[in-house]
Amino acid sequence: MSETEPLQPLQPLLDLRDVTVQFGGLKAVADFNFAIRHGELVGLIGPNGAGKTTIFNLITGVYTPTSGAILFEGKSVAGRKPYLITKRGISRTFQNIRLFSSMTVFDNVRAAFNMHLRHGISHALWRGRGLAAEEKRVAQEAGELLDIFHLGKVRDAACTSLPYGDQRRLEIVRALATKPKLILLDEPAAGMNPTEKTELMELIRFVQEKFKIAVLLVEHDMRVVMGICQRIAVLDYGVKIAEGPAEEIKSNQAVIRAYLGVADDDAT
Amino acid sequence: MLARSKLTLFAMLLAIFIASRFSALVTPYYYDILISIGVNIILATSLNLVNGYTGQFSLGHAGFMSVGAYAAASFTTYGTGFLGSLTRLSVGWCAALSSHTPGFLGGFVTRLGPYVSVSIYFGLALLVGGLAAGLAGLLVGIPSLRLKGDYLAIVTLGFGEIIKVIIENVDALGGSRGLSVDSQYTNLFWVYATAAITVYVVLSLVNSTYGRGFLTVRDDEIAAEAIGINTTKYKVLAFTLAAFFAGIAGGLYAHFKQYINPEGFNFLRSVDIVTMVILGGMGSTAGVVIAAILLTILPECLRAVSHWPFLPHWLGPLLENRMIPYSLLLIILMLTRPQGLFGGTRFHRAKRSKA
Amino acid sequence: MIEFLQQIINGLSLGAIYALIALGYTMIYGVLRFINFAHGDVFMVGAFAGLYVAPCVMKLSHGQPSWTATFLILIVAMMVCAILGIVIEKLAYRPLRDRPRLTVLITAIGVSLFLENFGQYAFGVDPQSFPDLIGDHAITIPAFFGPLCDLTIMVSQVLVFAVTLFLLIALRFIVTKTKLGMAMRALSVNPIATSLMGVNNDVVISFTFGLGSALAGAAGILISIQQPSIDPLMGLQPGIKAFVAAVLGGIGNIPGAALGGVLIGVIETLVVGYSDRLHIPPGYRDAVAFFLLILILLFKPTGLLGRVEREKV
Repeated sequence: MSETEPLQPLQPLLDLRDVTVQFGGLKAVADFNFAIRHGELVGLIGPNGAGKTTIFNLITGVYTPTSGAILFEGKSVAGRKPYLITKRGISRTFQNIRLFSSMTVFDNVRAAFNMHLRHGISHALWRGRGLAAEEKRVAQEAGELLDIFHLGKVRDAACTSLPYGDQRRLEIVRALATKPKLILLDEPAAGMNPTEKTELMELIRFVQEKFKIAVLLVEHDMRVVMGICQRIAVLDYGVKIAEGPAEEIKSNQAVIRAYLGVADDDAT
Repeated sequence: MLARSKLTLFAMLLAIFIASRFSALVTPYYYDILISIGVNIILATSLNLVNGYTGQFSLGHAGFMSVGAYAAASFTTYGTGFLGSLTRLSVGWCAALSSHTPGFLGGFVTRLGPYVSVSIYFGLALLVGGLAAGLAGLLVGIPSLRLKGDYLAIVTLGFGEIIKVIIENVDALGGSRGLSVDSQYTNLFWVYATAAITVYVVLSLVNSTYGRGFLTVRDDEIAAEAIGINTTKYKVLAFTLAAFFAGIAGGLYAHFKQYINPEGFNFLRSVDIVTMVILGGMGSTAGVVIAAILLTILPECLRAVSHWPFLPHWLGPLLENRMIPYSLLLIILMLTRPQGLFGGTRFHRAKRSKA
Repeated sequence: MIEFLQQIINGLSLGAIYALIALGYTMIYGVLRFINFAHGDVFMVGAFAGLYVAPCVMKLSHGQPSWTATFLILIVAMMVCAILGIVIEKLAYRPLRDRPRLTVLITAIGVSLFLENFGQYAFGVDPQSFPDLIGDHAITIPAFFGPLCDLTIMVSQVLVFAVTLFLLIALRFIVTKTKLGMAMRALSVNPIATSLMGVNNDVVISFTFGLGSALAGAAGILISIQQPSIDPLMGLQPGIKAFVAAVLGGIGNIPGAALGGVLIGVIETLVVGYSDRLHIPPGYRDAVAFFLLILILLFKPTGLLGRVEREKV
């Protein structure tokens, strides 16, 4: 296995160097330095408005950094178009679930196979054997993916009819269908009860191990973040104030201050 | 469906050919309506690809129809020499062919000559119209498709008007006086064969993983980009393809009415086509075809009703101007069933809050 | 030079009318985030309201041009249009408040077509002549102004300037100094928060529609005084141009709409006036507005004074 692996982890998979993004007079993110290695599970936390989703948007090309570099597998992805970045191997989910509301569960996942298609418009029109074969392959792979995540039974349901937790899972499955090397999860535990959150934690670990991909997780729920992340970075007002394993972060003074504020004289 | 769709298309074309042989049975009035229905099916189906399946609201489809109409008309008007050569060639081929074929078949083949040349000639004219319109679609689409919703609608409306004004100011195309077309090449076969092909193309495209890309653009562009779909490519592709077919429809129309003028391709005509797409249900080709048929017949019915003797005297002229009941229909449709006849319930969903 | 000034004056006079209509587009877009396609036709209704009311009002002045009659007709037309606007909003747009903006746009197209065609049915297709309300003539400019006295300034143009200026000031007062005006501005920024502050959004929206439509009605009367031939389709071209003006100024921005209206009026007049020197055939006059619109939307969609609205991802 190791002989056939490509150039492994001396070079980080994703490398953000001195990334700054400014909207008008506001620096949403300032001099952000961060790296993720192949197959790592990393968390990004911080109080509301700290800039976590902005970082996601920078990585996925929705925003262009005002300065600094974003390198994926050594090549720059800063300011490239989102669909091109996905083609390079970065996939994401969204804070507010963005499923394709008019489609079934199955079709949502199948749509994600689009970028790996070998056939194009002429094949779609000619409808020859090549098309049929590829459609079959896509259907099979999508079906397998759904089965792994226990959504196989509802594959023909309208995706909007799924309960909230399942919709989140579907969004993750769809992101995985693009065969990414890095997946960004934007607050996947939002709106879940404790049982669902535990399932989610297992799901994320499963995804990391089975698909051998790196995961960058933005999350508010500390139990989830501390529970699965190998490394955590903390943002406050667009600036990284701490980085390290969960134990370090838990007891880091700067982090506590950022979340709870400075203690008053007569506070407990 | 996959393997048999080509077969279905072929069967349909054959059926259309046979049916068109009986066109002499139909009175000119109904013949006119049948041609109009066919042309509208092509227009509505092609626009549905843009408005319905890709979710881009275009209000300038009639503009592309006019580009195709004028391009095709110019080809036949100024290309008669070409037709002459083509005829001589094909008559020669058929004569040569008939000498190798037995008895009655030989006689049949000989007489095919002129038909072949006219068919090739007209087919080329339509193709020219379609390609010109497709090019116009590309030119309009590339800058416009960056815009969303209302703004895209207005810009496409604007381009439609600009095309109209340009044609009005070009004397070689007859300007606002219009252009006469010498020969009526269009017949039921041409129109319905094109309609069948248009429907086939749109349905085949959409029912493939590749074509599902259009739907993702409609549902959520940001999510579509996030799964690697080049949304701009799909939008421009839908737009250009739709314009292409609108151009062919324009060519068919020009060679039926034998007279075209810019006013006939104005904003109202675009609204007509858009209404068909909405009534049919954006994103349902079957619905749109039915809507095209219904809305082509509707003005005729209204006109017939407006002449009923036992109608209150003020109601007649109200119905005769089809735009009055038409516009009311549009309003009522939007208020009660915006998803149209066959559309999904997407439109009943409350507006997603952009928080 | 004089000719240029003359074109400017004519352009300003036309632009004032576009500005009045553009204000309606922009205010309605501000509170409802959609383009009221039917607004140009409200303008047309205003003109026809004036036409039908004129005979009664003119009886007071025994059929002679009179300023009292003019202002009475102006006020009546504005009221009629205000009511029309409020009714349209209540019947056709309010039920669609939560639907996708596209649905409302199509409905607006339907309303517009209905007004135009019903207008043709009710008022007849042919143009009719608007009575001469003010006895229009050119003002004699005293020789003291030197070369300027070669300019032709019509009384109607002065009236247009005066009325428009008055209405603009009145509008500014309403928008900045009254509670309803403040509610309007709040609504255009955040409807949910506004209603949480105890504002009845429906009332504010109705008010906005009424206000915008009244301004369109005033424009209808003013243009009828300047160009006395009116017909049911007269709202089409000015409607589109005023819409372009609103976009040019930044849709949703009130001073922007006024600025845009004036700019479009001046540009259009200059293009037509100097068409031979610009090598643009006068037949392209109406395409100028569309062309400008496309340029704006492609290069600066937020217009001259507008703000960017980011979609949150």
